[in-house]
Amino acid sequence: MGEGVRRAASGYGVRMDTTIELTVDGHRRQLTVDTRTTLLDALRERLAVTSPKKGCDHGQCGSCTVLLDGRRHLTCLALAVAFDGSEVVTAEGLAADDALHHVQEAFLEHDGYQCGYCTPGQVCSAVGVLDEAKQGHPSHVTEDLEADVELTDDEIRERMSGNLCRCGAYPGILAAVKEAAGA
Amino acid sequence: MRELDYVRASDVEEAVALVSGDPDARYLGGGTNLVDHLKLGIARPARLVDVGRLGLDGVEEQDGPDGRVLHVGANVRNSDLAAHPVVRSAFPVLSRALLSGASGQLRHQASTGGNLLQRTRCVYFQDVTTPCNKREPGSGCSAVGGYGRQDAVLGASEHCVATHPSDMAVAMAALDAVVVVRGRQGERRVPVRELHRLPGDRPDLDTTLEHGDLVTGVELPFTDAARCSTYLKVRDRASYAFALVSVAAALELDGDVVRDVRIAWGGVAHKPWRATAAEEALTGRAVDEDAVRAAVDAELAAARTTDQTAYKLPMLRGATTRTLLRLAGKDPS
Repeated sequence: MGEGVRRAASGYGVRMDTTIELTVDGHRRQLTVDTRTTLLDALRERLAVTSPKKGCDHGQCGSCTVLLDGRRHLTCLALAVAFDGSEVVTAEGLAADDALHHVQEAFLEHDGYQCGYCTPGQVCSAVGVLDEAKQGHPSHVTEDLEADVELTDDEIRERMSGNLCRCGAYPGILAAVKEAAGA
Repeated sequence: MRELDYVRASDVEEAVALVSGDPDARYLGGGTNLVDHLKLGIARPARLVDVGRLGLDGVEEQDGPDGRVLHVGANVRNSDLAAHPVVRSAFPVLSRALLSGASGQLRHQASTGGNLLQRTRCVYFQDVTTPCNKREPGSGCSAVGGYGRQDAVLGASEHCVATHPSDMAVAMAALDAVVVVRGRQGERRVPVRELHRLPGDRPDLDTTLEHGDLVTGVELPFTDAARCSTYLKVRDRASYAFALVSVAAALELDGDVVRDVRIAWGGVAHKPWRATAAEEALTGRAVDEDAVRAAVDAELAAARTTDQTAYKLPMLRGATTRTLLRLAGKDPS
């Protein structure tokens, strides 16, 4: 369908396709997306960045988690056009050259996965958890809202609850995040 | 998904003009609820007006018409609001409620305004293959006589038994928060307790706002009770699940006697439910188990349950008792 037809169909005289720029894993990428494209589909289908995974596609499983402008964020409930100019770091981009990120190392060390499908999301989420804890952000299980945060097992379980693992590798994930936290 | 025009508004005036002049336009905030509903075919706007970059992201103490308030911009993210030092110390019920909602990722994404305006919903509202008066007025209610464990026990109608899923809004109802709204006629203030509505015969309307009204912020009045407040959420899983029931409570004692108490319930109605009858029953009395249970029963006199929702009443009694005894410094028995 041509641009002219789209204008007539939408009745707004405004295009459906929009050109946006994202920085993905350190690389500036420009692309033209249909306004309905999610950030997840833009990354996977348009930019061939496939480490964020499509699980439920409805914000329930966490496998599409990336670090968006420095914080863990779902990409399935995000329209790409709304994030023009943003910086995305995926699990793939966490590794520098050939050296794995220390959270990735910890997942390897503790078998924090089985099939691996949820792992990129788990790893990005864990990096976010460590950063939030460092900033002193409390969680649902934090006893004293105004005290320093200590990443106990309960704290890690609660903070990672947005990432499901159907293989049930939770004990390994917990151990990995705990080691990465230096606990 | 229907063809969709996207506009990033440059200021509040432009945003309000764009949406209020177009019945097919919707505001886009953090998108956690709306994008899901676009995908499911529940929301079918022709245009999205993105208000996510309008500023409106400050948290500041201000002098309001009725005293000192904490003004929270509509774009403040749920995670940032929960972690804000003033919220943690002066409004702990709000921190606790926010932290009990959704997941870490979603709390970074969800905004204060968007959390308030997420749809009141049940499993049938989410399923476009089933009749739903809220989604399609007049089509019938699949929840009445269907799966109904999450359904409302207060203020429901024959047309809709859905519950409002927000935790944050329940805390704000207990805090007597005021929502700042910009519409075509300018700015006005709406008590959060009057923002959401009961279903009646118009379950398609979740709130009292007009099309095009934009929530720009929320004001939280500083009170002694707010400082002594907390939130208890009861759910099927330990984390990342909607409330079966929840209790937001704030308490100011004069010696042993209640001077000021605010109780709001989540998971029980089409809107956050402020338990005013229970508050009246407790005011001027000492907080003990019998007094709280009697107060809760006064509120629940109007409750209507089914076989599937009857469990919510004893759960509310237990959760409310535990919450108030804890605030009063008495270990629940």
